[in-house]
Amino acid sequence: MTAYLIRRILLLIPLMFGITLITFTVIHLAPGEPVEMQTAMNPKVGREARERLQRFYGLDKPLQVQYLTWLEQLAHLDFGRSFSSDNRPVLDKIKERLPVTLSLNIVALLLEFGLAIPIGVMAAVHRNALLDKGITLFVFLGFAVPTFWLALLLMYLFGVKLHWLPISGLHTLGYEGYSWFGRLWDLTKHLFLPILVASFGSLAGVSRYMRSAMLQVIEQDYITTARAKGLPERVVIWRHALRNALLPLITLAGFSLPGLIGGSVIFETIFAIPGMGQLFYQGVMSRDYPLVMGILVIGAFLTLVGNLLADLSYALADPRIRRS
Amino acid sequence: MPILKRSFIGAVFWPRLKRNRLAMAGGAVVLLLFILSLLAPWLTPYQPTTINAWKVLQPPSWQHWFGTDELGRDVLTRVLFGARISLKVGFVAVGIAVLLGAVVGLAAGYYGGWLDTLLMRLVDIMLCFPTFFLILAVIAFLQPSIWIIMVVIGLTGWMGVARLVRAEVLAIREMEYIMAARCIGCSDLRIMVRHILPNALSPVLVAATLGVAGAILTESALSFLGIGVQPPTPSWGNILTSGKDYIEFAWWLSLFPGLAILITVLAYNLLGEGIRDALDPRNFR
Repeated sequence: MTAYLIRRILLLIPLMFGITLITFTVIHLAPGEPVEMQTAMNPKVGREARERLQRFYGLDKPLQVQYLTWLEQLAHLDFGRSFSSDNRPVLDKIKERLPVTLSLNIVALLLEFGLAIPIGVMAAVHRNALLDKGITLFVFLGFAVPTFWLALLLMYLFGVKLHWLPISGLHTLGYEGYSWFGRLWDLTKHLFLPILVASFGSLAGVSRYMRSAMLQVIEQDYITTARAKGLPERVVIWRHALRNALLPLITLAGFSLPGLIGGSVIFETIFAIPGMGQLFYQGVMSRDYPLVMGILVIGAFLTLVGNLLADLSYALADPRIRRS
Repeated sequence: MPILKRSFIGAVFWPRLKRNRLAMAGGAVVLLLFILSLLAPWLTPYQPTTINAWKVLQPPSWQHWFGTDELGRDVLTRVLFGARISLKVGFVAVGIAVLLGAVVGLAAGYYGGWLDTLLMRLVDIMLCFPTFFLILAVIAFLQPSIWIIMVVIGLTGWMGVARLVRAEVLAIREMEYIMAARCIGCSDLRIMVRHILPNALSPVLVAATLGVAGAILTESALSFLGIGVQPPTPSWGNILTSGKDYIEFAWWLSLFPGLAILITVLAYNLLGEGIRDALDPRNFR
């Protein structure tokens, strides 16, 4: 187990290296430079000033030098300074936004699995019955519905028509005056729709996965044994079968991380939530190279860590792997 | 043995797919969409980009079944022409992904060794990136155009196909008929393309059908964010952008293009699942 852990962690190093290389290449493939974006509209900026700006950002050096400089900075956890007018360190900007996106996605992930597991189990237990068909239909609709469209419809229904929920931001204006409970309630109301939309997107996939995992487990001999010794069906399904059927879901949780982070661009833009997705979108639009590269690297790194954690918990949860 | 041999398609695959009513419905919808988008200019009396200041934001009526948008353009016409974009993006993007994935998977599985390690690590690395972030960055830094969107969606979607093909190739290359092919002097390239690839394609067919659905969703999300297909060219995503802006006054602007995406993606998914079931050896009797 220790050897496995060490091997997995050592494998992170070449992967991280590859991630930085791809990030750098992708960003620098694009023609046009950020300096041009800042100066093209301003006739007063001459050639000299432009070159000075390029030198200032280090954009005059050859690409491989730029890459190595960047890599060296990364090794010191320095992601450089943002090209935008505030010129703040990229890491600070990300630090502000990351908790919002991460906590939103974790709540969404919990909700998603909390709903998908019972749904998948029910579908598997009542295989081919009306309930299963109903769930399958729901799953297919869930696969097909564009999340941003769902967000629009929900905004229209709850925000515009019914006025039950606010449709953007994290807080009501002047929320600082509320009691802590009032603030919590305010936050819940603001986050309800975004979390619903974020979790609905992958709910379908997870419950489908759960269903097939459960179907495989139910056919095994030890389930027949459990039934034969007279255990009630409820215990057989929820205690004996569910445990083993949950195993593949651990890996799935690790793999769903990049999708969740990627999806945050869409609903953070729609609901005006100040998270990583929104920051990334703004960075991309203003060609803020260090910011965009920083978020790509951190996003990919989070996925690496997520996958590692998932594999480790899998190994811990499955005695067949734990003991080998 | 070849799974996609003509006799297999005629005797097993097609009859089984035909029995799956949902899959056939999905296939029929896909076909219908192709016909509608090809015939779009003859199906509607309006132009997709002609502005009419007298008919701004009109609700659905007999003249305009899906209403009109903020510039007085007929929404039904725009949805019909938008279908062209979506269907094209789905096909080309997945074509690129499948081609790239098949080449990588074939090479990794057939040659093995360091090439396999290198290529599979590349797959691991690519899978780490939040795909939508990567696509967003590339497209916004280049000038957004439909061709770039298709290429970028394809370039970020090949990893699954590569893994599938590699797994198939690993099993197939140990078979006796491959040994026989080698004995009679077939080149590596010929063995890979003529003898292994056709047998490794059935899981790819499923992944490709489902991938078209995914590509259509991605393109619509990009266009919705304003970095996909640029107005005035209509795409389902960018019609929804104005749907968002006018959501308080014009529900029809949001409802119809969204439904179009939903139905198209649903149809491709049903077809893909049907193909999966029809190819699954566990279902053979």
